[in-house]
Amino acid sequence: MQWEVVIGLETHVQLQTKSKQFSGASTTYGAAPNTQACEVSIALPGVLPVLNKQAVDCAIKFGLAIDADIPPISVFSRKNYFYPDLPKGYQISQFELPVVGKGTVTILVPASKNTEAYEKVINITRAHLEEDAGKSVHGAVEGMSGIDLNRAGTPLLEIVTEPDMRSAAEAVAYAKKLHELVQWIGICDGNMQEGSFRCDVNVSVRPKGTEKFGTRREIKNLNSFKFMLQAIEYETQWQIETLEDGGTIQQATVLFNPDTGETRAMRSKEEANDYRYFPDPDLLPLAVTAADKARVMADMPMLPQALQAQFVRDYALSSYDANALTSSKAIADYFIATVQAGAEPKQAANWVMGAVSAKLNAEEKSILDSPLSATQLAALLKRISDGTISNNAAKQVFEAMWAGEGEVDAIIDAKGLKQVSDTGAIAAIIDGVLAANPAMVAEFKAGKEKAFNALVGQCMKASQGKANPAQVNELLKQKLSA
Amino acid sequence: MALNLDDIKRIAHLARIQVSEQEAQATLSKLSGIIGLIEQMQAVDTTGIVPMSHSQDVTQRLRDDVVTSDNQRERFQSIAPATQDGLYLVPKVIE
Repeated sequence: MQWEVVIGLETHVQLQTKSKQFSGASTTYGAAPNTQACEVSIALPGVLPVLNKQAVDCAIKFGLAIDADIPPISVFSRKNYFYPDLPKGYQISQFELPVVGKGTVTILVPASKNTEAYEKVINITRAHLEEDAGKSVHGAVEGMSGIDLNRAGTPLLEIVTEPDMRSAAEAVAYAKKLHELVQWIGICDGNMQEGSFRCDVNVSVRPKGTEKFGTRREIKNLNSFKFMLQAIEYETQWQIETLEDGGTIQQATVLFNPDTGETRAMRSKEEANDYRYFPDPDLLPLAVTAADKARVMADMPMLPQALQAQFVRDYALSSYDANALTSSKAIADYFIATVQAGAEPKQAANWVMGAVSAKLNAEEKSILDSPLSATQLAALLKRISDGTISNNAAKQVFEAMWAGEGEVDAIIDAKGLKQVSDTGAIAAIIDGVLAANPAMVAEFKAGKEKAFNALVGQCMKASQGKANPAQVNELLKQKLSA
Repeated sequence: MALNLDDIKRIAHLARIQVSEQEAQATLSKLSGIIGLIEQMQAVDTTGIVPMSHSQDVTQRLRDDVVTSDNQRERFQSIAPATQDGLYLVPKVIE
């Protein structure tokens, strides 16, 4: 039987605020335990929540960025459960009326062995504001768990998709796109190690061609794209094998173990699932007016999809190139700066996505830490287009500039890479090559096209790679047909 | 909707409230009374009425994103049953 996997994601995005969702405690990561846990964070009796304006603005910003419904009123509810890292006994969240309604995110799924790259629209069901819980520390004291409430009350936006994804690759493409978008609009620092961006993935399988969804299992707290891919692939295979062996899938929460590459059920959801939501009487309904939306919109950077369209229109780049160059704001800014410094757009695109990206990847650096500035790259590209150096020589100059050996012209001089474009000099080189290789000349005259390329190669070699290849071609043709 | 004793025990468990058999019986009759009241109210036609989530028709005031509280760990932990290295200690929880 052919199986189809159905995937939906819930992503917890930590919002970039200085203070907590409902109190004036700091949200700075990595402080000593409980030094940022105020009376609201630890839920002393009688304290009351006061909502953070910045967190609300972040939610509105996200809603605008995905072209979502933003209703005039949303409501905070209590989600009740007991766990020591949740001292109130409930999490303040939103249930029936979230701050952000339906929207869409367009993903680009990269090409694989069997498929071409393609675009797909993923529907967002909702996004709601809530607060994070604290952290439990196990093993420090025998028989006890330690509780650190610094994170308790940190503002989160939970973004929920429809079950629209049909492969692990689509799920990862969505997660990456969302990760890029929340950083682009400046609502999240995107730091996955520190837990600022955490994904829960709902996975089920069904016979291909059927309508009814299978029973889903939820993979919790994936904090890397690599693990997400592995976890979904393992889980999908496990569900298919279980069903093919005549078993059934029980709804469950599962954890991924990166060491074994396996998923394992954590707890049955039956009882834990009864959260008894009800509107939080401590908080009034949240109003978002047209004026609020306009104010947030005014503060919005140009969105990646708009910039992508602009690159295609103004710079005649392909949709693929434009998509790659808008994969992060820093890359897009670097590319724009390169073009503004005088580089030809298509050439700049090739170098930014090619040599520059390769170097950054190899050195595990962000483009923000690139030792080669956009202005320097533009200066290098100018020397290619004005014929001073060949493409091959440019690669050597690029390496030298990357290593901090100086500016482009100084390096070209120091390494003697200046391209020879003087017709007389090139003609002299060609004459020498023709005289030294009568056999090749004879082969060419006998109709062997390959011999021509070999002669070009010899000329380039004789010039130590410095002859302008276009001119060598031209002059060689003239001389051979003379 | 009729409640039974199992419902009472389940609700008590979800709320982490210990109830004796006697208390459960008493709670069952009290809660059944409340449910009965709700059933009477549900007979009212509410078509077209927007549900209220708060008793007053006002909206939430927002707070500027400013850090206003400083570290008061010493004071808070002076009344905690057990602490170590800045952590609050609780009986071991393992998933």
